[in-house]
Amino acid sequence: MLQFLQQLWPWYIAGPLIGLTVPALLILGNKNFGISSSLRHVCAACIPANIEYFKYDWKKEIWNLIFVLGIMIGGFLAAYYLDNPSEIVVAPSLKTELQSYGIQDYSNALIPTDIVNWASVFTFKGFIILVIGGFLVGFGTRYAGGCTSGHSIMGISAMNWASLLATICFMIGGFFTANLVLPFILSH
Amino acid sequence: MSNQNQKDLQKRELDAMCVNESQLSHPWYYNIKYLLVGIIFGIVFVKAEIVSWFRIQEMFRLQSFHMYGIIGSAIMVGALSVWVIRRFQIKTIYGEPIVIVNKPFNKGIIYGGLLFGMGWAITGACPGPLFAQIGSGASVVIITILSALLGTWTYGWLRDRLPH
Repeated sequence: MLQFLQQLWPWYIAGPLIGLTVPALLILGNKNFGISSSLRHVCAACIPANIEYFKYDWKKEIWNLIFVLGIMIGGFLAAYYLDNPSEIVVAPSLKTELQSYGIQDYSNALIPTDIVNWASVFTFKGFIILVIGGFLVGFGTRYAGGCTSGHSIMGISAMNWASLLATICFMIGGFFTANLVLPFILSH
Repeated sequence: MSNQNQKDLQKRELDAMCVNESQLSHPWYYNIKYLLVGIIFGIVFVKAEIVSWFRIQEMFRLQSFHMYGIIGSAIMVGALSVWVIRRFQIKTIYGEPIVIVNKPFNKGIIYGGLLFGMGWAITGACPGPLFAQIGSGASVVIITILSALLGTWTYGWLRDRLPH
């Protein structure tokens, strides 16, 4: 049983479990599944700076912060108690491509530790991946009014056509960047 | 609902999918149930490698079906659940009617969506996975979160000057 849980969970188990978050949050307390709003609540709580957009009673959205705290704890439990002892297996063509950028360490399944680590924060690659990338995630999700959870899963589930459009834009931005921009960055 | 409350609610609803104001007031520990949902969600995130930079690269290079299977089946289960909730007017465990408001289109969906897509491909993570990665021990991702907070803050600061 433990061995089964340690392996990579197949998509047909993980996907439906994630989909079930939508009714779970609705039925538990009328909450709409969304994660990126948590970043806004943190801004409202810590650095509102008299900006109209951050002047609201963030305490009423505390459930969202507790939800992301749960995600963090879940990440910890999975990594320390259900750790997969073998390296992540990626598509051979990706492996070949990454090899040419000097990415060879697959011991951490979640991040490419060759280029993403504390020592690399102020290198060209590290700065773009961590700092610029993070900024785009925070700015873009709020500008679009949601992320993969709020738009792609919750929004499309509710047949909100603007959310479908948002998801198409996420994918266009991602395809463009992963295939045309990132190779340039990684080869420097 | 008082006028002041109504105003606050409208502001919280800006650029968020939807926010529902409960008429009930509960003690803080009622929020623990959201912690539990988050924990399960975080475990699935890590174990299905949804929060993996490598899996996101595969997805955007069409080298693997894994992520498409996950997002597709999540939407199917989510959509079916929303349909059942609407069709049978299912209420919350506290007996309140469930409300799902559709968000109208604005241009920010396109501009913001494209920018977020770029960030998603670069960092290999959307906001949820960032939290899960930190939990899994990848402490350097704290930098990404701080930067994402700065991005969110900058959006709030520039909001009135951006096309919507």
